[in-house]
Amino acid sequence: MALLEIRNIVRRFGDFTAVDGVSMSIESGEFFTLLGPSGCGKTTLLRMIAGFDSPQAGEILLDGKDLVSVAPEKRPIHTVFQSYALFPHMTVAENIAFPLRMRGMGKDEIGAKVKASLEDVRLADRGGRYPDELSGGQRQRVALARALVNRPRLLLLDEPLAALDMKLREQMQIELINLQREVGITFIYVTHDQTEALALSGRIAVMNAGRVEQLDEPSKIYDSPKNRFVADFIGTCNLIDAEVAASGDEKMVLEIKGLGEVMAKGKGEPGTRGTLALRPEKVRIGSHLSPETEENHFKGTVHDFLYMGDVTVYIVEVAEGVHVEALLPNSAAGRPRILAAGDPVEISWRYDAGTFLHE
Amino acid sequence: MSRKILAASGIAVYVFLYLPLLIVVAYSFNNSKLNAEWVGFTWHWYKVLLEDDAMLKAAGNSLFIALTASAVSTILGTMAGYALYRYKLKLLPVLVMAPLAIPEILVGVSLLIFYVSINLTLGLGSIILSHIAFCVGFVAIVVRSRLSGMDESLPEAARDLGATPWVAFRLVTLPLIMPGIIAGALLAFTLSIDDFVITFFTAGVGASTLPLQIYSMIKIAVTPEVNAISTLLMLVTLFIIVVASRISPDSIRGK
Amino acid sequence: MNRDKWLISGPPLFYLVVFFVIPTLIMVIASFRYAGEYGGLAPVLLHDANGTHLNLTLESYQEYFSDFIYTRLFIKTLVYALITTFFCLVFAYPLALMIARSEKKRRDLLVLLVILPFWSNFLIRIYAWMIILGPQSAFTVALNGFLGLFGMNPVRLLFTPFAVVVCLIYVQLPFMVLPLYANLEKHDPALLDAAQDLGANGWQRFWRVTFPLSLPGIYAGVALVFVPVLGIFAVPDILGGTKGIMIGNLIKQEFLEARDWPFGSALSIILTLGAMAIVGGAALFARRRDV
Repeated sequence: MALLEIRNIVRRFGDFTAVDGVSMSIESGEFFTLLGPSGCGKTTLLRMIAGFDSPQAGEILLDGKDLVSVAPEKRPIHTVFQSYALFPHMTVAENIAFPLRMRGMGKDEIGAKVKASLEDVRLADRGGRYPDELSGGQRQRVALARALVNRPRLLLLDEPLAALDMKLREQMQIELINLQREVGITFIYVTHDQTEALALSGRIAVMNAGRVEQLDEPSKIYDSPKNRFVADFIGTCNLIDAEVAASGDEKMVLEIKGLGEVMAKGKGEPGTRGTLALRPEKVRIGSHLSPETEENHFKGTVHDFLYMGDVTVYIVEVAEGVHVEALLPNSAAGRPRILAAGDPVEISWRYDAGTFLHE
Repeated sequence: MSRKILAASGIAVYVFLYLPLLIVVAYSFNNSKLNAEWVGFTWHWYKVLLEDDAMLKAAGNSLFIALTASAVSTILGTMAGYALYRYKLKLLPVLVMAPLAIPEILVGVSLLIFYVSINLTLGLGSIILSHIAFCVGFVAIVVRSRLSGMDESLPEAARDLGATPWVAFRLVTLPLIMPGIIAGALLAFTLSIDDFVITFFTAGVGASTLPLQIYSMIKIAVTPEVNAISTLLMLVTLFIIVVASRISPDSIRGK
Repeated sequence: MNRDKWLISGPPLFYLVVFFVIPTLIMVIASFRYAGEYGGLAPVLLHDANGTHLNLTLESYQEYFSDFIYTRLFIKTLVYALITTFFCLVFAYPLALMIARSEKKRRDLLVLLVILPFWSNFLIRIYAWMIILGPQSAFTVALNGFLGLFGMNPVRLLFTPFAVVVCLIYVQLPFMVLPLYANLEKHDPALLDAAQDLGANGWQRFWRVTFPLSLPGIYAGVALVFVPVLGIFAVPDILGGTKGIMIGNLIKQEFLEARDWPFGSALSIILTLGAMAIVGGAALFARRRDV
């Protein structure tokens, strides 16, 4: 049985439907991420799991038992808030002791647990400080310690790294993964940052406009986006209008205006309209490419390019009005020079680099 | 506009704001019955003040009214401020703001008609009830602004970590808004002790307060005793303002 | 949830209904009642041979409109309020601008200095002008000495409309400074640099950039100064003599001296409606200009 079972949850605010019939089940010990742009409903969903909001329809079950009617303080679920929500009038130790006090634990036991918890997050010498005397990273660790100190069944994290700078964020990402493995508590993580989601999660639910667009492992979501929204939201992607010309079981021929026939993976009824999704880093580019190796091979000219340091992004015009983005690492050996705008080039990609998305 | 002209006109306006009050303070130490030329320094007018039974009684009344009215309006105003912050209400926001926006004289006369209609004898009681009515709004605004400055997720975090709504309010929300509540109470106290217009209409013949006493002295015969009581009253207000601004720097702008 | 909401908002709501809404309604009704024989109000219900009937009248409103003297007093009050508002704006603008352009850490202190005097008792602030404008004061003596140089007769300052308006400006000034400052302080200084960069001189920068951007602050300040002046009675009562009275004095008189409460109530309602109409009209005008 899944740890948390969400069935057809609906939450409306007036005319606006924030969560529109979402279902998912989360297994014990998972690092699960809700990913989506702001306003997609991920935070509303999280608040309903925490108990600060109630669905108008649907069920939320923890260990098979109804959760909707349970008050937030009675749920074995804790939250790490985006602002950390550390009580400013309490010391770090008092903050961490708070959930233990609420459970009516004895003073000595609380003292011991707080001490151990402070050591776990390497803040043993900061127990007497107030939150506003700590750095951003330290506050983040206190918030985690406070939420984990009485071992909840489920930990909810609402964009907990958003307030940190880039360097610290990367470091905290690694700490979070390690922490989750150590404590073995199920994490539900909300973020709008796709790289963070890909790096941290066991599974990701990509949300948009109150619905789950795709729920899968990070690599599946990246490599085989289910629809245009997911392809566009995760990483960068060439999205080209296409029509199915012929199809086998896992290989198909697409007809693309200006390009002609293009091979892609998947299957579909001939005549179906859709979109070819193609990641720029899977497109090879060069002045001359050997034609045998890859199924899709086209000639074009460099329309524009962006030098980004580690890589260069080329926008290649393969036909009137049809552009394909290709990505070339600048460390690629033996390349005499950066291609310039107007240079004739060849591009190619394997059939399984491209995914056909049905409309 | 050039910087110098700006600074000069700014300073001129400050002089305009302070000079009249400084004159009152200066004349309270002037050894003359007239508020005209400077004769010499004296404590005489303060001694006169201390022997003026009517003035002392009025001061006692003012203090009693201000303490009672500020205590009650702090409780009601805190409730109102919390309700305004926490719930979407239609009537309460209007009722909290309206007495502050309407000319005081209208509040005063309508309360006068009201008390007479319900046969309430005018006096200390009617003054206190009236003061509470206009202080509630000020306290509510101060408390509400303190609440909206608070991170909304703090009480939620308390609930999340196992606190019931009441415990979350007592252990988290209340301590955090306490400076606002204290500032609101001080604000209510000063407003009450300073109020003239509404008191004027709701006092009746029996009870007098400091502002009423000052008014009748100004109207009948101006003596430098007025300067002395004015100076003392300004000192009291100044003291409260300094305390309030230490506790909650935003609160003094509420008036 | 719902129970908590009523538990918390109920008591203050109840208090304000009893001590604000009901008195206001009673005043509205009072304006349609007859005056009592010995002041106060006559009963609402009249019992006579024909049974019980309502004893209400439009007499108070008819009285207001039958004699132009009342409308003239209302207009005079409006004129005082307009003059007060104008001079408050003229005095407050440079001060607000100076504060907004001073160093950040000094601004709070400078604002506090504007607020501080108006925390002193209202009557004391009026009384101070009684001293300054009194016949023996240094100011009056100097002014009359100056006028004497040109062969003019000495003037009396106290108990005149002049004294009323000066004191009104004095007591209302902070209400103009604060909203103006709140607006001016938010202006991005880069706008003025941009204007200068594009060739505007100091005067042009003020009239083309700062002033138009400060209009919302001006509207707010005008509303905050203008409306309270309409109802003021203490200033003219103490400083105005017989010539300087305003509508507030008449209301006070009807309630405490003439004891014609229905007429006093009618005056209060006319004042409220008049003030609301003016503010509403001005808000509409301001909105049209913003669009």
